[in-house]
Amino acid sequence: MSKRHLLALYGNFEEAEAVVQELRNATIKGFDVNDDMIVKSPIEHPEVERFLGDKPVYVQWFTLVGALLGGILGFSLISGAQANFYMQLKGGKPIVPFPPNFVLTYEMFILGGVFITILGFLICAGLPAKRSPLYSTKVSVDNIAILVEADESAISELKAIFTKHKALEIQEEAGK
Amino acid sequence: MKDIREDIAWAKINQDVMKSLENPRKLYWVILFLALAAFGFGVGCEIYQYRTGMGVENVNNPQVWGLYIATFIFWIGMSHSGTLLSAILHLMHADWRKPIYRFAEAMTTFSLMTAGLFVMVHIGRLWQFYYSLPYPNDRGIWPNFQSPLLWDAMAIFTYLSSSVLFLFVGMIPDLAIARDNMQPGWRQKLYTLLALGWEGTDRQWRNFRVTYLTIACFLIPLAVSVHSIVASDFAMSQQPGWHVTSFPPYFVAGALYSGCAAIITLFIILRYVFRFETYMTLPILKKIVRLTFAIAMVWTYLNAVEFAAVWYSHDEASKAVLIQKMTGTYAPFWWGMIFCGSVVPLVFAFKRFQTNIPVLFAVSLLLNLGMWLERWMIVAPTFSHGYYPWTWDHEQWPSLVAWGMVFASFGWFTLLFMIFCKVFPSVSMYEVKEMVYHRTLHLKKSENAEQGAH
Repeated sequence: MSKRHLLALYGNFEEAEAVVQELRNATIKGFDVNDDMIVKSPIEHPEVERFLGDKPVYVQWFTLVGALLGGILGFSLISGAQANFYMQLKGGKPIVPFPPNFVLTYEMFILGGVFITILGFLICAGLPAKRSPLYSTKVSVDNIAILVEADESAISELKAIFTKHKALEIQEEAGK
Repeated sequence: MKDIREDIAWAKINQDVMKSLENPRKLYWVILFLALAAFGFGVGCEIYQYRTGMGVENVNNPQVWGLYIATFIFWIGMSHSGTLLSAILHLMHADWRKPIYRFAEAMTTFSLMTAGLFVMVHIGRLWQFYYSLPYPNDRGIWPNFQSPLLWDAMAIFTYLSSSVLFLFVGMIPDLAIARDNMQPGWRQKLYTLLALGWEGTDRQWRNFRVTYLTIACFLIPLAVSVHSIVASDFAMSQQPGWHVTSFPPYFVAGALYSGCAAIITLFIILRYVFRFETYMTLPILKKIVRLTFAIAMVWTYLNAVEFAAVWYSHDEASKAVLIQKMTGTYAPFWWGMIFCGSVVPLVFAFKRFQTNIPVLFAVSLLLNLGMWLERWMIVAPTFSHGYYPWTWDHEQWPSLVAWGMVFASFGWFTLLFMIFCKVFPSVSMYEVKEMVYHRTLHLKKSENAEQGAH
């Protein structure tokens, strides 16, 4: 069955939360509340996470890998260059001195951590992204949007829930 | 004293900040013109120096590139407070950072870019700049990984790139707001490109929060390491006046100090030029002023520690440099540094001056004058009064060409900064909304608690 999108706008979080609760409690055929619903908000809102439930974030794993890779790569490059001791006369001093190398390793650790964290962010947040099928610029002002994707048959039921909770505006994707 | 109102409409926040991108006061154009003129003069000086040679700087051994490197340290120092304070205050959940952190972070980025210019300028032979890039190569010049100068290059690169990313990531939601509210044209295209398709979905916000926090955690030790390493450029040498153990914390304190003073200056300018009186409020200014005062006192204390360490160390050469600073050719500048850095900030101790904008503007400029003098007084006296008396030369004075480039750096920084503030939202719209939202919640909770008590 073909899927369609529906977007409802709300003026406050309490109302949006009530809608999400009702969508969770209702059993609507052709609509999965966990996979088919996106909440859009103008600010970073802890309430959104509370009512949507905990969802995992994997950015910190990218950070760990990036920082470790940066540190290891930094130390290896420096030590590799220093180990070319035929080129660099050491005069009896250590070929690979640890204390000064620590400084550059530390810098590379941070550099790798930051760069790969950004990469992780882009991957995990799905950015760069194409514009959603339904979007309202009011989300970048003060509205909360609930975007759902559902089978054709579920649309009227979802619309009824949105209307019941006094949605400020409902946008509907044209049927295919 | 008015603070940001809890009942301010979110649409108005967008409107006010978006207006700043299009319609600043006339003073904006005056500042831009002056900055461009100063920068243009500096470019002329650099071209002259490039074509004629370093001799036009009018300083020779032992002074060489002292003025340029002093200015380099000044700009590195200036870069500190922006990103560092933004990161620290973010971790501490200090809400008052929200309207001011964006321009402070931009300040960091442009200060670092300005500092980088002096690395090139001080070489003189610009065409051989690539020789100083630290990579093993077939010219047989192997980078000395034990040299703080190399650490410095790496630390500054890391700090600059991380600061730019921190600034950019923090700006993505605002770029999306700008994209949604801007008339079609080049700006809208730019914002659309940079907003990366941000729509404020729960998934985006969730990952955004963790990313921003993680980078903030990285930036704090990074910022401290950058100026500690710049301090090591001096402290790890054997030169009298430089070989001081307390140099790294002294440099970090000095960097924070000049950065905070610059934040006050720019706060006052932006507040007026872009009509940000509603967001850059006096209570926020008061908090920055108090923070600057505390850092000024730390800097003063570390100065005293440095002088005492030199004085009681019985290192005659270092002592001679200190005495030379206090009583010799550089005495007016050294005492000027003490006056501007340690005496002038006492004004901040008086409540009535903590929100007096003309006084704060003048004081913040004097503080940064003091901080520039500090850097010059670290570099120049040691050069002119080193270990070997036959190299002493206290009479050299840089030429207009050298000073021209120093002044031009302020023009270059101002130019970049003002263009940034005109093109990108210099007040974080989504975070001001968060601030307002949290305050409203707090207010509601207090009212409920009060009602419960009755």
